[in-house]
Amino acid sequence: MTVGMSFNQLSEEEKMTHFLDRINAGEKIEPDDWMPEDYRLQLIRLISMHGISEIMGALPEKEWVPKAPSLHRKLAIMAKVQDEMGHGQLLLRVAEDLMAPLGKNRHDIMEDLFSGKLKFHNVFHMDAPTWGDAGIIAWLVDGAAIISQSMMLDSSYGPYARALKRICAEEVFHAQHGESIILAMAEGTSEQREMLQDSLNRWWESLIMFFGPKSAKETGNSNADKNIMYKIRTKTNEDLRQEFFTKYIPRIWSLGLTIPDDTIRFDEDSQMWIYKDADWSTFKQIVSGNGPQSQNRLDLRRRSYKNNEWVRAALAAKKAI
Amino acid sequence: MTQETLKPLEKKALIELLYQLADDDFLLAFRGSEWLGLAPHIEEDVAFSSISQDMMGHANLYYNLLENLGEGEADRIAHLRSPDQFRNAIILEEVNGPGTYLKEPDYDWAFTVVRNYFYAVHKHIRLDSLRHSSYEPLAEAARKIMTEQYYHLMHWEIWFKQLMTSTDEATLRMTEAIQKVWRDFGGVLTLGPYYEDIVKANFIDDENVMKKRWNNKIEAVLKEVGASYPGEPRMERGNGRNGVHTEDLKQATATLSEVYATNPSTGW
Repeated sequence: MTVGMSFNQLSEEEKMTHFLDRINAGEKIEPDDWMPEDYRLQLIRLISMHGISEIMGALPEKEWVPKAPSLHRKLAIMAKVQDEMGHGQLLLRVAEDLMAPLGKNRHDIMEDLFSGKLKFHNVFHMDAPTWGDAGIIAWLVDGAAIISQSMMLDSSYGPYARALKRICAEEVFHAQHGESIILAMAEGTSEQREMLQDSLNRWWESLIMFFGPKSAKETGNSNADKNIMYKIRTKTNEDLRQEFFTKYIPRIWSLGLTIPDDTIRFDEDSQMWIYKDADWSTFKQIVSGNGPQSQNRLDLRRRSYKNNEWVRAALAAKKAI
Repeated sequence: MTQETLKPLEKKALIELLYQLADDDFLLAFRGSEWLGLAPHIEEDVAFSSISQDMMGHANLYYNLLENLGEGEADRIAHLRSPDQFRNAIILEEVNGPGTYLKEPDYDWAFTVVRNYFYAVHKHIRLDSLRHSSYEPLAEAARKIMTEQYYHLMHWEIWFKQLMTSTDEATLRMTEAIQKVWRDFGGVLTLGPYYEDIVKANFIDDENVMKKRWNNKIEAVLKEVGASYPGEPRMERGNGRNGVHTEDLKQATATLSEVYATNPSTGW
């Protein structure tokens, strides 16, 4: 009798115990391993949202690709946006493997995006009206992404952890690219500094929202807690937000920029940052597709998907030569 | 030849050639970058944006050669010239289709494949000749560019052949795109008004020789996919090498320089 056969004879409960033992021992789960349905669904939800966010996230920065103010910046932002698209592709491949046993594929991911069922990150629903926004996105949004993705580098799901290793390595370059844009503007003319401050003002609340609400109370959602139990993630939303503050607030201040929250301070007693919390009902509205750019950006995707239908049909057709 | 040994007329001819090379890549890289997020599938978005980035890098190399020849800073050259100072072929400045990259883009993938494939074939022939250019810095740049361009050519050739030989709709769209590109592609194949001086100084092969190579290659590929060769490509809307351009170039340069032009003397 093989090990596989004996495993199949276990009850669902025993399989679950075995599974939890494995992840608690730090073992990696691979696509063909047994996993509870709930774990699979959590991964699909998380990874397809992450993947599609990378893809939708290319759109606000893409607005600035041709307009980047020097050949060097043009090359850098082209490289960055290309990386983001590559991350999206990598993650969707991981999600597709998880979805295959459910009879779903890439097409379903795109349809779910278009219908609003599959959400993407709050930050990518927002306006990016100036070059300063391109800088803030690369510096702080990517900086926030590095913090939240780094905690999942040791995720219990092997393919996701491996994809994140590649992604995080590239994100570090993106944050440096962003920091370089920010530094040039901060050291530049008063117009440039003003443009930068405006962008920071515009993005601050979105950055608070980026990590999600403190607890399930705000949105009635317990995915974060579940993912900690499954060792998909290791820290709470608030842990990550605090880490972000500790890393970036001193840097923001050192550039002479003002954070648009006059209550923000580090509390020595609790060793925590005290800050003005985001409006989570607005957050819910934004991620439900009612942010300032949600529908415009979705329309770009919907339109191109429809316009290129003939191309996909041609690729699927049998080759004549 | 080096910068120091160029005679004045040779220098003038070389500068003209470099503007053609730089502007061709600059404009097509820009048109490519407008496609980002709109390509037929995500894998193509990754590949195409990599190609556009490479091409922007090639333009940058040429602009730097111009800077070294005293034409001014590369960024100024790229961002502050008026449209009539551009030397790219008209077909390369043409919009990707109705709409803009920000609003309602109804971009035409068949046109993009045909334009990029035809251009990649020519660029390959051009680089192959430039590798032996008498101007050593240009020969060196060409050798560098060629290592990347090899993959671009392969990429677009696969697309071209595949779309020409799949569904009836794809063949029809591609055939229409070929006709559209053909009307102006002659502009890519010319070296412009300084042609004789460019060739005499051995900066690049005679345009007629390169034209023949291009036509032979395209004729063979068209035959392979069961299409007919429509005769020499034309230059219906004028010669971009003479500074003749369309409204599409105005839109392109305005976009490309939007931020830089607000203050060209500050660091960005």
